Amino acid sequence: MVGSKNNIRVLLAKVGLDGHDRGALIVGQALRDAGMEVIYTGLKQTCESVVEAAVEEDVDVLGISILSGAHMALIPIITQMLKDRGAEDIKVIAGGIIPRDDAQELVSKHGVRAVFGPGTDTKEIVEFIEKIVKGERI
Amino acid sequence: MSDLIDSLYRGLLQGDRRSAARLITMIENGDPLSIGVVKELHRHSGKAQIVGLTGLPGSGKSTLACGLAKKYREYGKTVGIIAVDPTSPFTGGALLGDRIRMQELAGDPGVFIRSMGSRGALGGLATATNDVINILDAFGMDVIIVETVGAGQVEVEIVKYAHTCVVVTMPGGGDEIQAIKAGILEIGDIFVVNKADKEGSSRTVADLEMMLEMKPGFDEAPWKQPVIQTVATNSQGIDELHEALDNHWRFLNETGKLEEKTSERMKAELIEVLNSKVSIAASKALSEDPKCREVLTRLIKREIDPHSAADQVAKYLIKGASQ
Repeated sequence: MVGSKNNIRVLLAKVGLDGHDRGALIVGQALRDAGMEVIYTGLKQTCESVVEAAVEEDVDVLGISILSGAHMALIPIITQMLKDRGAEDIKVIAGGIIPRDDAQELVSKHGVRAVFGPGTDTKEIVEFIEKIVKGERI
Repeated sequence: MSDLIDSLYRGLLQGDRRSAARLITMIENGDPLSIGVVKELHRHSGKAQIVGLTGLPGSGKSTLACGLAKKYREYGKTVGIIAVDPTSPFTGGALLGDRIRMQELAGDPGVFIRSMGSRGALGGLATATNDVINILDAFGMDVIIVETVGAGQVEVEIVKYAHTCVVVTMPGGGDEIQAIKAGILEIGDIFVVNKADKEGSSRTVADLEMMLEMKPGFDEAPWKQPVIQTVATNSQGIDELHEALDNHWRFLNETGKLEEKTSERMKAELIEVLNSKVSIAASKALSEDPKCREVLTRLIKREIDPHSAADQVAKYLIKGASQ
């Protein structure tokens, strides 16, 4: 049966005061069409609730979408909380409006695997997720 | 059991959420290591009250589940929620969106929410639902709410697993003929007309009540299914629904129906496991056992019909098992 076993599970999260989720939903649909199970949190979540949801849903990947400019304030909190929860094996990726310097810092200092900005081909995101998840599973 | 499984299992019983979540994933994926846990869980489960929520897509099941969970929390009960959404039959992917309606529960350590894709199962649940119920039960959840995929008429699998089935509908869902059709309406212990602030709500209630009252034996029935109007988005009617669930739970306990339901559930579970074991044994015998292969050959030559062939193979299998 198609996709009956070992689906990649992804939590897509919107954190903080940010009301725009069109981008997250487009990515969500692309991941779904690639055979993944996508859980969407809905808007305006706290860092705590996102980390708890990622743990409960036992996702392989946590995707954080931020367009509000608060990425440097919120994303490091989330990656630290995952660590504190013993859940640093959940891979974090980010998207939204994140300037290049910030993106580099998130990747080099805060454990974010990749940052996908506006205009990214969804195929690229699908392939990246498949790569990082399978890399660890095999 | 392997070390990993062993430590996850111990974590589960000690209330560690990560362990519970990881075991659920392994069971969902049919990981052979998890079978040992399924066996062990049998001893530690059977305490929770299991509530099924089923009904039309978009009728408000997730929002109701959230409202109910909050109500149970007010009474100090812990709540597990299993929310099943459909898996695409084309790609195997799924968008699990039930959590969006449950944001108010976020961060409450007395609530555990798990979203599941149906992964090809057709009855409105996922194949592993029963095992996941047992995990949340062993994890110490007092009440487990199982929300099915948006269901129309024949997705009635939930009736096997829930102590109380709540069927959710909404105004404008069709006329009285829809209400007397077979299937999902036969499994409701409690009916909810959600979005009761919309036009036509009292008509829908009247249609449902008529359907229930026309059933033969309605007057003598020990449990009369209530029809409750709710507006889940502003918690209207949640008190009544909670009370109806309590009443039904008490009814089940006082009349001995609970034991009846539990034994039915165990039987269904046993038959499911038996089916798969017998079918594996039969396939093996048909390819390896000379006597069974002989039966198959005669079937192919049309010397014997499939029913007689099956009887003979069954005899050989039973003989083989008793030796």
